[in-house]
This record gives sequence, C-alpha cells and structure tokens, in this order.
Amino acid sequence: MIPNRYPFIESATNNVFEKLNIELIEMEGASCCPAPGVFRGFDIDTWLVIGARNITIAEELGLDIALMCNGCYGSLLEVNHTLKHDKEKRRIVNEHLAKIGREFKGSINVRHVVDILYHDVGVDKIQQRSKYGRKTPLNLKLGLHYGCHLTKPSEIRPWNQESEKPTFFDELVEVSGCKSIDYKDKFLCCGAGGGVRGAFKEVSLDYTREKLENMKAAGIDVIITACPFCHLQLDLGQVEVNKIFKDKISGPFNIPVMYFTQLLGLAFGMEPEELGLIRSPDLTGIPPFIPLKPVLKKIGVKV
Amino acid sequence: MENIKTSRITKINDDLSDLLRDAGYLEASSCIQCGTCSGGCPSGRRTAFKTRTLMKKVQLGLTEEVLSDKELWFCSTCYKCLERCPRGVPVTDVIIYLRNLAVQRGYIQGPHHALCKMFYKTGHGVPINEEKWSKLREHYKLKGIPPTTHKFPEANKEVQSLLKSTRFDELTKVGDYDLKDEEGGE
Repeated sequence: MIPNRYPFIESATNNVFEKLNIELIEMEGASCCPAPGVFRGFDIDTWLVIGARNITIAEELGLDIALMCNGCYGSLLEVNHTLKHDKEKRRIVNEHLAKIGREFKGSINVRHVVDILYHDVGVDKIQQRSKYGRKTPLNLKLGLHYGCHLTKPSEIRPWNQESEKPTFFDELVEVSGCKSIDYKDKFLCCGAGGGVRGAFKEVSLDYTREKLENMKAAGIDVIITACPFCHLQLDLGQVEVNKIFKDKISGPFNIPVMYFTQLLGLAFGMEPEELGLIRSPDLTGIPPFIPLKPVLKKIGVKV
Repeated sequence: MENIKTSRITKINDDLSDLLRDAGYLEASSCIQCGTCSGGCPSGRRTAFKTRTLMKKVQLGLTEEVLSDKELWFCSTCYKCLERCPRGVPVTDVIIYLRNLAVQRGYIQGPHHALCKMFYKTGHGVPINEEKWSKLREHYKLKGIPPTTHKFPEANKEVQSLLKSTRFDELTKVGDYDLKDEEGGE
C-alpha cells in the first residue's frame, strides 16, 4: 500500500532515516507481504510460502527487513518466527520455494521502523536532531493510533509483552515537542484489517467513526499513525464517515492524519511539501484527503 | 410477539475441535466461556459477531453453521481476544483457521475473491492500476514504478509459480483475470 498509494510515507521515512545515518536498501522483486487480514485468512500455507519468499530476498542481501506497515510487520514477523521454530512447516515451505530456486534459511530479523528508531537509535538521540522539545514545544495535540499488529500478539514482539497500555510510540513521537493526548479507547482497532474494509466497508467505518468521536472529544489536532492501512482508514475513511454517517454524527470530522515520520521530518526542519503534508495540486483523488494546511498554519509552519 | 424459531442442536461432535487440534490449536477445547473475548471485541460491539458464541459453536461441532456464516468475516483480527484469554486460547488464530476451512468449502466474500485474482495477476492486493499513482511517486522524487513485482516480471512469475504450487489458484478460483464483475480494491 505504501509504494502504490502513499509514496510520501516512503519518502518521509527515507529522509528521516537518512538524517539519522541509517541506510535503507531497497528489496527487489518483493510482492504483497501477503496482507495478513485477507490472504492469511484464505490459506495459511500460501501465506507462509509467499511471506518466506519475501524474507529470502532480504536473506540474500544479508540484511534485516525494515517495515513501515503494521500489516506487513504482522505477516513477516510471524512467518519468520514460525519458520525459524517449526521444522516441519519450514521443510514444507522450502519444498515449494525450491521450485523457484529459493530457500528460507532463518538468517535475518524482521523489524518495524518504530522498533528500529526506539531501540536502535533511541529517543534521546532523535531528540537531539529535533528543532523542538519540551522547552520549545510545537503546540499540537496528538492523537496516537498505535494500530493492532504493531503490539499484538505481544509474545514475540519487542515491547516487553505490553499491549494494553504501551507508551513507546508516544515517547518516540514527543521528540517533536508535541504532546500525545490520552483519549477514550485509545487502542481501539481502526477497523480496516481482517478483510473487513475490503468486504464490509461500512462496518469498518463504524469502528473509525467511534475512534474519531473519541479523538474529537479529547480535542485532538492531528492523528499519528504507524501503518498505511490505518492511515488510509483514518484519512480517506474520515471523508467516507462524514458522508455515510452524516445523520449519526454531530458534525463532519476534520482531524488530519500524519504518518509519524512526516511529523519527525517536520521536527527535523524539513519542508511540509516534501513530506507529503500538502496535496500535490496536479492530481485528483490522492491523499491527504483531510487537509493538513489549517493545522500547519496554526503552528506557524510556513506553507 | 412473533414466535422465535428455536434452533435445536441435534448432533454434537468433535469434528471442529479435532480439526483445530490437528492444525495445532489444541487450546480451543479449553474455552470456559468466560466472555472476556467478546468483552473487548471491537467488532462485536457493532455487529452480530460474538466471539464467545463462536467458540461455543466450535466446541459443539456445528461445522456448517460456523463455516457458512458471514459473521466469521466481521473480525478485524485486532488480536485483543487472543491477548486477554485467561485460558490461552489463541482465539484470533482459531478464527483465521476457520476462515481457511470456510474458503475450502467455497465460502468467500465477493470483494475478497476479486482480491485473490488481483494478487495472482500482479503479486499485489493494492497494485498501481492508474497512472496517477506513478505520477504521485515521481512527485515525491521516487521512481514511478517501485522495485516490486511491478518492475520485475520474473518476480511476478515466481509468485505465480508459488501460488500454483500451493494450489492457491485452484482454492480461490483465480482462473480468469476479469475483475469487472466484482467489487473491491482501493
């Protein structure tokens, strides 16, 4: 979803990592991870095999995989873990991969970019690069949306089994000098996953409506995401919620959405245009769907 | 008041429990119906999907009822139930496995079927299907075509070989690529 619908998430992350001296190498020939909410639900064996193929691309490079999407993280982390520990499943997967000259070796690790920034770089180091901080705040109230696959199932994830009230994403994002605001049911699913947005869009949008109402009640200025599917659901989904739940909500929602590296980029002093915060005027039907300009003007960012 | 038709269960069996145990989900049998799963379920609070009831139906072996029900697909796989279950039942994974069984019996939603065709054809669920997405990439100083199966036809062929090898193509009937008659896609 990132390369094909939200390229500014790709470019913003590239820019932030470059400023932190972390090299990101492109994997060549990767396919859909495959998306856990749909393809894993259709056939687990296929999901393991296609996921393993993607992992072998990184194994050939001898590098860990860095992911910007919770869904991809859910898939590849779990495929990697399963095949590293289950000899029989690994044997079966490698029988399929052998037909295309590949082999899963279990030689690399799968990481989410939030994990890399939080554990490998550290909040303090990132704070040093930020123009803002506690003494020079950027007065935006942030509504963080962790998403689901970033933290669950917690057993094999690097967050000390914490999935009920984690704070690592808040700590990371607050280097921007903004405050992460608590809101009702903060860890509620956005509704997009599990194939729900695909097959029952209105059901998924009702989850989103509930989240937006809670965020609005808490006075949130900007929603922060770590996953493009959550991002799509909260951004384009917000427009859709305003339309189909028009009679159910008190008024249209107007809370713009930022992927967290877009916010970090702003904190590092990059321009809003290059971070994808302003919609390109030449194309239609492209994100951001809820405009960010008013929020940026509010904090004095030149647009 | 209308007479509510009682749905009597005349046959109880271990079919589903056996299938789940063989697939590695032994704990499904140890569900004590405490309802913690339904209590936190974001779907259940707005749809007819009741996680606790599903687990009971599994224990009773109501195979066809469970697998043919559209409700099985109302779960957004948020994993809250799995995290909280006091008996360690991997609830979400059970739901996902039941979905596999449903698809094997031909129960799949229209838009999901379209997605399978798209995956087989392009290697992606959300492909670059309009010029504007390439233009958008270029606007952010990226190459118009990303280095995925879009750029490397051999990679696309590898994925298709694997989908044939696992018989995904037969399972989901991706035979013809015509997607016009089905909804779906972003």
